[in-house]
Amino acid sequence: MKTLSLPLRPAIEGDRTQQGILVMAGLAVLLVVACLISLGVGPTGVGLADLFAYLTGNADKLTTQERVILEAVRLPRTALGLLVGAGLAVSGAMMQGLFRNPLADPGIVGVTAGAGLAAVAAIVLGNGILAPLALLLGNQFLPLMAFFGGLINTWALYLIATRDGRTSTTALILCGIAIGALTAAVMGLLIVMADDRQLRDITFWSLGSLGGATFGRVASILPFIACVLVIIPFVARGLDALILGDAAAFHMGIPVQRLKKIIIVAVAAACGSTVAVAGSIGFVGIVVPHLLRLAMGPSHRFLLPGSALGGGALLLIADSVARTVAAPAELPIGVITALFGAPVFLFLLLGKNGISMRDLP
Amino acid sequence: MIVADNITVTRSGRHLVQSVDIQLRPGCFTVIIGPNGAGKSTLMKVLSGEMRPDEGSVSYHGKDLNICRPEDLARCRAVLPQATQLAFPFTALEITRMGAVANGALDPSDEARKALKRVGLQGFERRPYPSLSGGEQQRVQFARALAQVPQAVRDGVPNALFLDEPTASLDLGHQISVLETARDFASAGGIVLAILHDLNLAAEFADHLVVLHHGRVVKSGICTDAITDDIIAKVYGIGGAVGRLPAAHMPYVLPQSRHR
Repeated sequence: MKTLSLPLRPAIEGDRTQQGILVMAGLAVLLVVACLISLGVGPTGVGLADLFAYLTGNADKLTTQERVILEAVRLPRTALGLLVGAGLAVSGAMMQGLFRNPLADPGIVGVTAGAGLAAVAAIVLGNGILAPLALLLGNQFLPLMAFFGGLINTWALYLIATRDGRTSTTALILCGIAIGALTAAVMGLLIVMADDRQLRDITFWSLGSLGGATFGRVASILPFIACVLVIIPFVARGLDALILGDAAAFHMGIPVQRLKKIIIVAVAAACGSTVAVAGSIGFVGIVVPHLLRLAMGPSHRFLLPGSALGGGALLLIADSVARTVAAPAELPIGVITALFGAPVFLFLLLGKNGISMRDLP
Repeated sequence: MIVADNITVTRSGRHLVQSVDIQLRPGCFTVIIGPNGAGKSTLMKVLSGEMRPDEGSVSYHGKDLNICRPEDLARCRAVLPQATQLAFPFTALEITRMGAVANGALDPSDEARKALKRVGLQGFERRPYPSLSGGEQQRVQFARALAQVPQAVRDGVPNALFLDEPTASLDLGHQISVLETARDFASAGGIVLAILHDLNLAAEFADHLVVLHHGRVVKSGICTDAITDDIIAKVYGIGGAVGRLPAAHMPYVLPQSRHR
């Protein structure tokens, strides 16, 4: 019998294109599994068997309550988790490419904090001085505020930490600390001004959660994430070239300044909109791209779409854990991602194949 | 032909390059020499389109550089930068492939493999760039530049190869072979511009030498006109050094091209 062969010529040594395609296929399968787990697992009695019945067209076997749980509770939550996870991981990967630095992560360098601050400001001042704006923008008020918060932050960070096209890790981290301190101070002011209901909302942002997911929230984040995902094919080659430096990227035909502006806006859009709907969820943006670089190399052609798939899968699995381990209580998802992500991050710093401290700019 | 006309670059009140005219002809290996801070790299940045001059203009084959799109420029000129460090583990082939992609190659991976072979790095395709030695990294970058302009002339338009200190961190054998590859590129009708510090290499390979000092062209011409006691004394502050042999007991090695 003829063995199954790919319609491709044998891979050229050192070319990881086929490896990238394989990993992407694996991630797609993982994502489907994660979606099924997220839809079929929870504190209520609705399980995978019910989900299977529902999906195979035997929905009438389920009670109305079970259907409502699947359609109105788990489905929006899964969709939201998918979008948030994809947004976090892709914004992390893009930021690492922009700063030419594998340690850059919106959470670590303070962009998430800036977006969160803008979101909190929107909550507290939405009834006060920002009321006309809130009325004008409606449902998009919160995500847009968080987006601009993230945008100002990313832009400031880039201006401060980058000199002659090189970003210093030290400047980046210190900048993150300073922005974090500033954010905490302003957040404190806003908390003093907030009423009880607003305080509850603020606590939600700072811990991060997919709880209370509605189709409204899914709809408010969808345009942001969709835009970020759509630009991936157009920026991937540019980000690869940018790793060699601004000058080399220009020599290879990349309009460097335009690319950087696009990336800054994309990072702010992905980061800001996820913060607006789910609060600050750490480490997804750094762990997912890192694991993928180990699996298929650093080329953004596969890293960016792979991060979208992997980030979605990771967040759905983390959320499923958050919902079930302490049921009926629910853990904040930020706790789960930090518990998993922080050790992985430290391990990457130690590991031979991970970040080499020596090579950092 | 690439023509730079009356180029002046001023940064914080200092003229880095002042009223420089330079012409890069197809088939000609042009070398810029001069001491540190003479404005060699600045001039190359202006010529490659990376930096806009404060005064003057650059044209590629009659077309003003300012109206050329970066992607069009990338198809007709490649630049070998000085040492590049990466924090991401691209393989040698992936780095080289970027140049082939910039050229618009149909099979960039295969073009990259050929380019690596041209710089003597076959078998290195899989190696992560950060794990290579400085000289090997430099040759991977050279392969990337070659993959970007694989032919000296395309559709009747000469391509250009800009090399900023291509021999830094290379051993003698590889210094020669990199410059020989560049000379072959020029012989085939391409445009080559290199910055060199080694005057012996410059004399051996250059068809046209430009001596830069304090941002001005001191002398421009063939090597016997440009490398003279007068000019070397004026520019480098070392008198009577041209053609003087070291003391009798001291062995010395002059770089020599293999096929001339």
